[in-house]
Amino acid sequence: MLVATGVRRDFGALAALDGVDLRIDAGDAVGIVGPNGAGKTTLLNVLAGTILPSAGSVSFKGQDVTRARADARARMGIGRAHQIPRPFGGMTVFENCFVGASTGGGLRRRAAYERCLTVLEMSGLAELADRRADTLGLLERKRLELARALATNPELLLLDEIGAGLTDAESAQLVTLIQELNRRDGIAVVWIEHIVHVLVQVVERLVCMVSGRVLADGEPKAVLADKRVVDAYLGSAAA
Amino acid sequence: MEPQTDTRTGAAPEPAAALAAGQVSRWTRLSAGFTGGLGVVVLLLALVPVAMGATLVQDLTTLLILVLMATMWNALAGYGGLVSVGLQAYIGLGAYATVWFSLQGVDPYWGMVLATLFCAVVALPLSFLVLRFRGAQFAIGTWVVAEAIGIYVGLDNQLGAGTGISLVQLDSYATSTREHITYWLTLALTTFFSVIVFMLLRGRLGASLQAIRDDEQAAASVGVRVVSAKRILFILASAGCGAAGAMTAANILFVQPTAIFSVNYSAFMIFMVLVGGIGTFEGPIVGAVILYFIQQQFGNDGTWYLIGLGAVAILFAVFLPRGLWGLLEERTGLRFMPLGYRVRRRARELR
Ligand SMILES: Nc1ncnc2c1ncn2[C@@H]1O[C@H](COP(=O)(O)OP(=O)(O)OP(=O)(O)O)[C@@H](O)[C@H]1O
Ligand SMILES: [Mg+2]
Repeated sequence: MLVATGVRRDFGALAALDGVDLRIDAGDAVGIVGPNGAGKTTLLNVLAGTILPSAGSVSFKGQDVTRARADARARMGIGRAHQIPRPFGGMTVFENCFVGASTGGGLRRRAAYERCLTVLEMSGLAELADRRADTLGLLERKRLELARALATNPELLLLDEIGAGLTDAESAQLVTLIQELNRRDGIAVVWIEHIVHVLVQVVERLVCMVSGRVLADGEPKAVLADKRVVDAYLGSAAA
Repeated sequence: MEPQTDTRTGAAPEPAAALAAGQVSRWTRLSAGFTGGLGVVVLLLALVPVAMGATLVQDLTTLLILVLMATMWNALAGYGGLVSVGLQAYIGLGAYATVWFSLQGVDPYWGMVLATLFCAVVALPLSFLVLRFRGAQFAIGTWVVAEAIGIYVGLDNQLGAGTGISLVQLDSYATSTREHITYWLTLALTTFFSVIVFMLLRGRLGASLQAIRDDEQAAASVGVRVVSAKRILFILASAGCGAAGAMTAANILFVQPTAIFSVNYSAFMIFMVLVGGIGTFEGPIVGAVILYFIQQQFGNDGTWYLIGLGAVAILFAVFLPRGLWGLLEERTGLRFMPLGYRVRRRARELR
């Protein structure tokens, strides 16, 4: 469904992405781990169209989208939750989702309402539907990132550290939710997370990135046992 | 409510019985009453020339023009995040286009309507230039465009060059008839543009525009067509300011390039919107009334006067960023216009 080939992204002299190949099939659940500054968020930015790659190509559902704008990709079915939440501060929680449902989701008014109410309920924000988004705390903002991305009715969900800072009970809820979205609704998920034990409960595949490169890509157990992964990431993070 | 249909993936809809437990409402008794009240005010205003004297009619014309300008600046900045210091370009063009159409033998009042359309047409190509800019660049960029247009118009001898030109064609109307028609047309245009803004904000585009205002990149990431949404708003605001300029020409019967293309208009618009309440529908109206009374009191010109307005506007921006109307809404928790969405939670087992 999504294929990235030889993706490079330079920031001045720094190669944040240095030839990344990644393939996501419909219904996949893929985790991405790696040390700080490995280029994980940058990869998500390139996949979502927020930034353009310096070289390489990205295709989605068989279409070349390397230079397609972010809003076009959102309408094609790529939903994205930012690492640092970016709510629409002057609008209510419900309205934040409504924007996603009515534009990226392409839903008409009634259907958009239903969609928003559903995703707010799913992400535990129903009580806060009428609150201005700039009054939310960090964890609520992260939930809103997820809810707003879901409102766009995505086929591929790109999640960037939405689980950081959760209690055990909360992360268990999150795991159940993402599993449901993936297994029941068939949404492909790419999930960046430092908390590896949470991640492996959901994903069937793990990608480890280091210095803008994919170091390992495969079955989670095998990747975590990979000596290079242990040296480059797990050793330092002591996860 | 019908079950949500998943148009793209064909995935099974969520089990709505357990999940979608709420109802979305937009009108409340208060907002219906308030909106209806505004409608009544417009009707009463339409009767003013019949019942009242000439001074009030002229004063109200001035006030309505201020309301129109403030509403347009607020639509652009308060809902689209596009802070412009160059809308005087369209005020000037609207005024001069009215003169030009009148010189071509068009009835001046029809000329004012055509001038409004003309400003929308001019704004389309210009939008491709200025919408490349963001933030302060956009503010300054639109100002530069306004100055350039002002200078260009001031070079045209047919339009009176730098000294200006009278709208003599309006002399064919008797004074009171002229004042009445000018007033009614101003009321009609101000109402028209307010209603357009109202409908725009209530529609899906309104939500998208506010999203752009709050975070352009995040708006794009959920699928908002950022540039076209801004373009629609920019053209609307340009047309509205064109109408305000045309009515200004009718109101003062004389246009002069440095005055009608003056950046002071931007200062006035910013003042009205910041004081009244940016990002609220009612705020610009409140701000216009306040500026109107200040102008009655202290005149309309002079360096210190403008510095004073600017200082007040800055104080508001810093200490009361949502303006007087925003303060009222915050204090009372009430929404007077049905522009947002309210979710009423419904008992789960109802579905
Ligand atoms: N817009 C930018 N301009 C310049 N450098 C950038 C930019 N975005 C990212 N970088 C740099 O690119 C590198 C990769 O950053 P990225 O945010 O992708 O890392 P990450 O793997 O997501 O890290 P973390 O786990 O801390 O979120 C970093 O060195 C970062 O400083
Ligand atoms: Mg990151």
